[in-house]
Amino acid sequence: MTELVEMNMIQALNNALDIHMHRESNAIIMGEDIGGFGGVFRVTEGLQQKYGPDRVFDTPLAETGIVGSAIGMALAGLQPIVEIQFADFVFPAFDQIVSEAAKYRYRSGGQYSIKMVIRMPYGGGIRGGHYHSQSPEAYFAHTPGLRVVIPSGPYQAKGLLLAALNCPDPVIFLEPKKIYRSLKAHVPEAYYAIPLEKATVVREGRDTTLVAYGAMMEVAREAVLLAEGEGYDIELIDLLSILPYDFKTVVTSVEKTGRLVVIQEAPRTCGFAAELLAEVQERAFTRLQAPLQRVTGFDTPFPYTLEDHYLPRVERVLDVLTKTIEY
Amino acid sequence: MNRGGRSILNEDGSCADEFRDVIPDNDLLAILRTILLNRVVDRRLMMLQRQGRLGFYLTSTGEEVVTVGTAYALQEDDPIFLTYRELGALLWRKVPLSAIMNQLIGNVQDINKGRQMPVHYCYREYHIPSISSPVGTQLPHACGFGYAAKMLKTNQVALAFLGEGTASQTDFHAALNFSGVLNAQTIFVIRNNGYAISTPESVQTRAPSLAIRAEGYGIPGFQIDGNDLLMVVQTVKEAAARARSGGGPTLIEALTYRMGAHSSSDDPTRYRSEEETQRWEKVDALARLRLHAKWRGIWTDAMEEEVWADAEKAVTQMISDCERWPPPPVESLFDDVYERMPESLRMQKEEYLRFLREKSRQ
Repeated sequence: MTELVEMNMIQALNNALDIHMHRESNAIIMGEDIGGFGGVFRVTEGLQQKYGPDRVFDTPLAETGIVGSAIGMALAGLQPIVEIQFADFVFPAFDQIVSEAAKYRYRSGGQYSIKMVIRMPYGGGIRGGHYHSQSPEAYFAHTPGLRVVIPSGPYQAKGLLLAALNCPDPVIFLEPKKIYRSLKAHVPEAYYAIPLEKATVVREGRDTTLVAYGAMMEVAREAVLLAEGEGYDIELIDLLSILPYDFKTVVTSVEKTGRLVVIQEAPRTCGFAAELLAEVQERAFTRLQAPLQRVTGFDTPFPYTLEDHYLPRVERVLDVLTKTIEY
Repeated sequence: MNRGGRSILNEDGSCADEFRDVIPDNDLLAILRTILLNRVVDRRLMMLQRQGRLGFYLTSTGEEVVTVGTAYALQEDDPIFLTYRELGALLWRKVPLSAIMNQLIGNVQDINKGRQMPVHYCYREYHIPSISSPVGTQLPHACGFGYAAKMLKTNQVALAFLGEGTASQTDFHAALNFSGVLNAQTIFVIRNNGYAISTPESVQTRAPSLAIRAEGYGIPGFQIDGNDLLMVVQTVKEAAARARSGGGPTLIEALTYRMGAHSSSDDPTRYRSEEETQRWEKVDALARLRLHAKWRGIWTDAMEEEVWADAEKAVTQMISDCERWPPPPVESLFDDVYERMPESLRMQKEEYLRFLREKSRQ
């Protein structure tokens, strides 16, 4: 029986990186301010001291240079673990991620592949305005060849990051920074991995299926409790992987409940929830008893002062859950 | 006449005695033969494209001294990050003509499984990573590879080619800056051929040289005559030796001229005069090298006739060997997206194959 230690998500991620760096001598960590400083959120704290400045190092401020040179390192046999300081700053590297990392295996007929994890904090709720709050998962989820993974708490963060680090494909690892420190959990101290491409049924229920991921899982959990108080029995699914994703678990659940609500904090149009609703209606059409619903951010840039209105909150989720069940 | 830059070869094909050893006679002949083969491949494949037997093609005519000379100056296991205009580097590495042709056709024999349009080569066995169309993305890759070579102590040097138009890209700046900071074992060679499709060099930058940018990155930079084989080889060899001994990256700007169109989709008469191109024919890369070989007394017209004839035969053989192969099987469309095929993609594949089977029964 492995020791359980109370950790927040920052500590869990740091622990996962430490375990992997110890096991894989070819793994390196690079990014802005991630060396001696330990990253602006301290996820890499202590790792440069432990593994040296050749394996854990600060880079110049250019995301395309960070991701692009990391791809070259991967081609040569290193395993780069990249930190993008905020997901909002990833766009200069979009070409390298989408045109290069995602396509390298395919276009070379499998001669080369890019084993690389790109970590980045994402999401709102920290008073960060446009450029420290966005949820860009849909851009990446529209790119075959990438994996997109989003943990929802310390336990998931460690297990998914260790799985991502062992994955031979390029992984975009989105970390919900709103719950970086606010959530604590008992996390095994030793190595464990949570399979990618697999959703978790967090709570079984009869009345409707509720799907969320990342920071929205906190909102979902609260909504489920409040709904329970009103006599509703919600089945809650944590998606964990956005691409490729586990539609079977969701479809199986909706076949049972006949209803589906998806929460996503990104803007509504062409968000990941749209994909999920489309897939479910196609595969479970005859079992549906209510319109498939989503609770999302609005189709506006991410606001500053009014972010609490922008982000899906428990009351909005509960409202949609109730309407869906009572339909 | 040349476009400038440091040079070794004189106009009459001679050179100072001390530079003759930069390339021994036998190697010079091998390079010359490779360039002649390159010319034949380019001419014949452009014809093939015009006949509608090849979807797209793009020549490197006029620039082969840079491409072949650079490849010659490296070790065999040094990765070369190519653009689409460096066939000469593949020919120098002895990538089989059939492997090149199979890629161009995208047939079942293509090691890249017909996944990319013509001239986007990739041959890992020959240390040629995959070419892509967005220009400049390969530059940070060469930087990262050069850092990894240092970390993993493989003694390799990563070399990236680019055109002068690509020097305007963000990735150029990022790659050069990162390479300097990381002290990467990397060389960047700009083939400054005067044109990015139709856009002349003067539109890319106001500066008189691209090589001077090196100073801003704290690394050595050289502007050389790219049609001067001895100069190209000497400069790349020095850069490679410096990188291998921990001296860091080098930027080389090789001035040359694109004799042909940008690609089979381009018509250069719309943006440059034929007179300009004709002027260049006299000082073209092959003409200069031929003159030098004759000055050395190791090359005759009769020898050249024989090489041309052999190359024609080899290319005819290459075309007929490769054109008979069918496209890759439709199932392969779904492979190599990930190491293991995800469930969602497996279902798409099965649904599509079922559709094809049902359609063929109707």
